[in-house]
This record gives sequence, structure tokens and C-alpha cells, in this order.
Amino acid sequence: MSPSYVLRRLGTLILVLFGVSILTFAIIPLVPGSPARVKLGISATPENVATLEKKLGLDRPLTTQYFAWISGIVTRFDFGKSFINDKSITSEVARRLPATLQLAFVALLIGLMIALPAGIIAALRPGGKRDVTAMIFSQIGVSIPDFWMGILLIVFFAEYLQVLPSSGFVSVSEGFIPWLRHIILPALTSGLISGAIMTRFVRSAMLEVLNQDYVRTARAKGLSERIVINKHALRNAAIAIATIVGLQMATLLSSVVVVEIIFAWPGLGSLALNSTLQRDYPMLQASVLLFAAAFAVVNLLTDLSYVLLDPSVEYA
Amino acid sequence: MAVAVLQKRESRVSEFVRKALRHQLLMLGFFIIVLLAVVAVFGRQLAPYDPNGMDFGARFAPPGLKHLFGTDEFGRDVFSRILYGAAVSFKVAFIAVAISASVGVFLGAMAGFYGRVLDEIIMRLMDILFAFPAVLMAITVMAILGRGVTNAMIAIAIVYIPIFARVARGAVLSVRGREYVTAARALGQGNTTIIFKHILPNSLGPIIVQTSLSLAFAILAEAALSFFGLGTQPPDPSWGRMLSEGRSFLRQAWWMGVFPGLAIMVSVMGFNFFGDGLRDLLDPRMKKIQ
Repeated sequence: MSPSYVLRRLGTLILVLFGVSILTFAIIPLVPGSPARVKLGISATPENVATLEKKLGLDRPLTTQYFAWISGIVTRFDFGKSFINDKSITSEVARRLPATLQLAFVALLIGLMIALPAGIIAALRPGGKRDVTAMIFSQIGVSIPDFWMGILLIVFFAEYLQVLPSSGFVSVSEGFIPWLRHIILPALTSGLISGAIMTRFVRSAMLEVLNQDYVRTARAKGLSERIVINKHALRNAAIAIATIVGLQMATLLSSVVVVEIIFAWPGLGSLALNSTLQRDYPMLQASVLLFAAAFAVVNLLTDLSYVLLDPSVEYA
Repeated sequence: MAVAVLQKRESRVSEFVRKALRHQLLMLGFFIIVLLAVVAVFGRQLAPYDPNGMDFGARFAPPGLKHLFGTDEFGRDVFSRILYGAAVSFKVAFIAVAISASVGVFLGAMAGFYGRVLDEIIMRLMDILFAFPAVLMAITVMAILGRGVTNAMIAIAIVYIPIFARVARGAVLSVRGREYVTAARALGQGNTTIIFKHILPNSLGPIIVQTSLSLAFAILAEAALSFFGLGTQPPDPSWGRMLSEGRSFLRQAWWMGVFPGLAIMVSVMGFNFFGDGLRDLLDPRMKKIQ
């Protein structure tokens, strides 16, 4: 991987983040009616609205507003204040970010624990019973709405069996078991679905590799199937699988938004929806910006990881 | 010569149909889509009850002969509401995908055909749009436009524009250098003619596959937005809304949460099967792998 390639990709990332910030900033000017009126309610007098607009800096030109906003974020990590309760957005976001990250990570782990064995086993005998079962499971998982899956899990585990809590978040510092009990259902919701999606990709990545000449050669040499799979096939399928994991992380972030809302999980996704419903636009801007930034960074890391995993991929 | 070309095209179409008929997944998907289309168009005639008609004497009636999928907290017939909801899901999904496919394919084709600066500008713009997680993007657009079905369509359409642009660009790039394009240019045909008459028709395969898969996602997205109270507004039935309404009553009336969810799942499956099947037929490399 040449340094110039990494630099170019980093340059593109900064450009994308810059564009993302402009689009996110545009939420407030694009919303019909003045944000000050939204904050004060319909009964506010025009004078009150004008005073608040001045106080919030909304009477300044858009470019000035944008640079004030973005420089606050870049230099002091300051996202401004909430429209609803005047609280600092940065501290609200900082409070919620770990919850989202934990959920996404555990969900990805569950997804991989399903997809890797299922995809590999399915690929070993295409068309066989195990393959067909894995593919049926995968098709159902791909088509099931995540919010429905969440509801079904709540009904079964929290209401019918009453073994797990139906919503809420407990920090790890309050104990591992309570944390696990709370995270398991939301993480399963996202994890089962992403596991289903990834199973298909792991299977085709393995199939492609298993059809290669070097695998045939390894088998012809009389190597055991285990060595053929572990040493020859898996290692070469790793690049495709890494891509899938990266892309899946991005999809997971999207699914997490939905799952957080269903399970009243205090993360950035539920923050985004609540802000939309309450018309707390600065709060929405912050959560959207952070999600998009995470998304873009994950995509870049995925691209760069190709090269580390597969030396034959050369980027100029 | 014209006759020979026509015959060749006809034999290619009939070969495609023959292969499609033998592809079980594709045919299953096709069957589900046709069934849903019939329900979406004739749902009003097929529904045994008025979807918004309340019958307080029959609140929370379990599934049975009188009410096939039971009734909800207002005594409304869940089956009739699902039949009506199909029309909403279909309308939103088709219009949203039509908008995103037209805009996305146009932008992608321009980027792929002209390359250089235009390619950079369009594709970086698409990267920016693509940097937003799908659901969050839709929620944000709804925050700006306001709630409602029309705005949900626009939100979903915007989310899928970059995907179509990428697919179309890739497809155009792969045929741009072919002999027939060079020949068309040598004959003095303009860029617009070359793009619309020669390049796009030959890049349709991946775009058609993407359309089918996007329809599946659009149905899911509409359901999610309505579930969150941003899409279809009450009392109109929509699968997502029905799920969100049924959520509070699942202990006493499981059918309120199960049947709308199944309806969403089966429709999404239909479009996914159809899209996957088409990909098998249109992309021989994938077929070999699978």
C-alpha cells in the first residue's frame, strides 16, 4: 500500500466529512419556518422570535453561522445547546455514544458467530441439506424487519418467559451480568439479522475460493480437508470476509438506530429520532453528523484493510 | 441482416424466459410479487370489512372464520387493514424506487460516460449522501419535510439515489469501451444518443437487479418510517403503523403484531428472491459461484 494511496483516501475522507457537515448544517435553514419559532411555540410574538433569533445567531449570514458551528465542533468539540432544554449537546452525545458503540460491537460479534460457521459449512457442500437450511435461514433474516424482530424477541423473552428485561441500559460498571442481561435482546435483534446477511457473503466468498486451482492442488496433494479449509481456503477468503465485516458494521450502525428506539436504548440512534419528533434540530444535527462520520471512517478502514489482508491487492 | 438481428434478439429473450421459468427462487419471487400486486390493486374489492370501520363489540377478537387475522383494539378487521396496507406499501416503494432509479441512473451514467471532473464531482457527492446510515438519512429528510406518505417517498428515494448511481456508473464503465460504442461514435452519433440508445440498454442487467432489491428495502423503509410515526398517518392502515399500534397489545392480541410483520417479511422476500434470481441469470459469474 503506497503512502500516496492512503493520503489520497484520507483526503477524500476529509472532503466527504466536509460535505457531510454542510448537509447536516443545512437541516436548520431547510426546515420550514424559523427554528426560533419552533423553540418558542406558535403563541410567541414576532418580537420574541426576533430576539431569540439574534441570541441564537440565526440573523447572521448562513456562511458565518456554518463556520461558527463547525469551528466550535472541530476546535472545542462543542455542538452547541439543545433547543428543548438548553443542555450541552456535547455532554449528551458523550453520555450516549458508549451505549451505541457497545450495542453495535456486541451485535457484530453475534453476527460473526453465526455467519462464519454457517457460511463455511454451507459452502462445503453446495446444494446439500446444511447449505439449504443455512440459505433459508439467511433469506428469512434478510427479509425480516429489524423492528419486528425486536418486538418478537421482547414478547418471547421478556413477556412470555420473563427471563430478560424488555428495555433499558445498564452500564458495565454496575456489574457484568446486569449489563449482559440488558444488552442481549437488542444485540440479538441486530446480530441475528446481520448474521443472516453475512452468512450469504461468507458462503459465496468461500465457494469462490474453494473453486480455485490452488485448493484443488492442495486436495490433490492429499492434505486433510481441515488443513485445506483452514490454511488455504479461509486465509484467501479472509479479504472478502473483511470487506463484509466492514460493510456490515456500516449497515449495523443503521440497524442500531432502529433497535435503540425499540428497546429504549439510550444511544445516538434513539437521540436522533427523539430529536426529530421533538424538533430539537441542533441535537439531530449532532447525532447525524457523528453517525455519518463513523460510517465514513468505517468505510475507509474497510478499504485499507484489504491491503493488509491480501498482499496481491496493490493500490497505486 | 435486420431479420437476422431480430431473430437473434428474439432467441435471446426466449432463452432468458426459458431459464427464468426453470429458476425456482426467481419464480417464487415472481409469484409473491404478482400476488401482492393483485392485493395492492384489488385490495378494496377483496377486503371483507371497511379497514377503518370500528366494531367495539368485536374488540381483540382472535383469528377465526369471521375475522381471518382477528381484530384490533377498536374492533377493526386486521385482514382488511393488511389488504389495504399493501396498496400503501407498494405505492410508496414503487414511486420511491422509480425516483431514485431515474435520478441515480442518470447521474451514474453521466459520471461513467464523461469521466474526469464530472465523475469526481458526482461520485464524491454520492459518497457524501452514502455516508449517512439509511434509516437516519430517511429520518433526517422527514425532519426537514415533515411527516406523511409523500414525504416518506421522497426520503426513501433520496436514500437510494447513490446506490443506483454507483451501480449505473459501474455498468456504464464496463460497456463504454465496447466496439459498438466506438462504431456508433464513428457513425457520428451524439453523446446523448450513444448513452441512451447504446450504453444504457446494454447496462440494464445490474440496474434491474438493483431495482428489485431496492424495492425490498423500500418496503422495509416505509414500514420503519410508519412504525416510528413519520410515514403513513392514522387512521390509514399501513403495515408499519399496524405493528406500532399492535406493539402495546401483544400480550392480549398477538395477531396484531404478527400478521402485519409477516406481510412485510413476505413482500420483502418476494422482491429479494426475484432480484437474486435475476442476478443469477444476468450475471453468469455469480451463477457459477452459487
